[in-house]
Amino acid sequence: MKIHLKIWRQPNSEMPGKLVNYTLDGIIPEVSFLEMLDILNEDLLKKGDEPVAFDNDCREGICGMCSLYINGRPHGPEQGVTVCQLHMRSFKDEDTIYVEPWRAKSFPVLKDLIVDRAAFDRIIQAGGYISVNTGSAPDANAIPIPREVAKEAFEAADCIGCGACVAACKNASAMLFVATKISHLALLPQGQVERQSRVEKMVAQMDKEGFGACTNTGACSYECPKSIPLNHIARLNREYLSAKLTSNSL
Amino acid sequence: MWNDCGMSRNKEGLKKAKDKIKALEEEFWKNLRMVGTNDELNQTLEKSLRVADFLEMSQLMVEDALHRNESCGSHFREEYQTEEGEAQRDDDNFAYVAAWEYQGKNKPEVLHKEALKFENAKLTQRNYK
Repeated sequence: MKIHLKIWRQPNSEMPGKLVNYTLDGIIPEVSFLEMLDILNEDLLKKGDEPVAFDNDCREGICGMCSLYINGRPHGPEQGVTVCQLHMRSFKDEDTIYVEPWRAKSFPVLKDLIVDRAAFDRIIQAGGYISVNTGSAPDANAIPIPREVAKEAFEAADCIGCGACVAACKNASAMLFVATKISHLALLPQGQVERQSRVEKMVAQMDKEGFGACTNTGACSYECPKSIPLNHIARLNREYLSAKLTSNSL
Repeated sequence: MWNDCGMSRNKEGLKKAKDKIKALEEEFWKNLRMVGTNDELNQTLEKSLRVADFLEMSQLMVEDALHRNESCGSHFREEYQTEEGEAQRDDDNFAYVAAWEYQGKNKPEVLHKEALKFENAKLTQRNYK
């Protein structure tokens, strides 16, 4: 396959970036998108040029590191996969592929295709945890949880924190990300202690980081590599409202 | 490392590995193609430093394997085995954890021994037969 790439190159967040053209020949359809970039980077290194910086880690779709905006879509054209699970067979010979970083004010570009997603970490630090005594795992049947509740909580816990929801949203909203954490912990007994303060703190941090508000377009859910549905945002809103109605904080 | 310092290794192979890695390391520092600077996010530099670490670490692993004149569990030195082909330990001389202290580039590491004391279970020869 012959592939024409238009890749965003930017030295750092202060300097302007631009799309740079690269052409790769002899790419086999079996290679993954990231392996294709590895091939490009090897070529660039051999020429003495600087390789394209991009984030990646596990390459099996669970770590949430890879974060490429491909042809205008987070994680590329396939549904329910991360970039690392995307293969060149999803493209055609002589295709032109645009590769950009996540675009959001709260995710500044560090270099080329790498953005700083520390804002997500700060939201988690604000309340995305439970306070329990650690130790050996409790007996599985000690705390009964209905199957439907467990299923719903697990669906939310599927979130890998990649930020595709923010990148897809026209408001750069982090609502789906925050909603998965709130939903996951509010549904389970272990999350009850901080249930009220958690949603207040996490939403406050989300706003502080400059993420936009939700207008229910559903782009986040559509582009989410874990296909997490919008109803978690509904639960976030309900949790937030009921927390605020009885809030102790001013 | 896989062939000469793997689960089954011998003195000859380890010595060969030592020379091979040394040569690789020399080539690495001579022919490394570095781009960019260290004042910016530089993934090429990150990867190169990792390779440099691997080259140092693997030499130490080979050194430690050469030093330990016994078989111990899955660290099987072919020279040291029982008649039945089981690992032959030398508890009199090697019942310790080896901690090697870095002394600087191209200087031999210093060995610190942490004795292994077994209070409840006694050291014995494992036999699967």
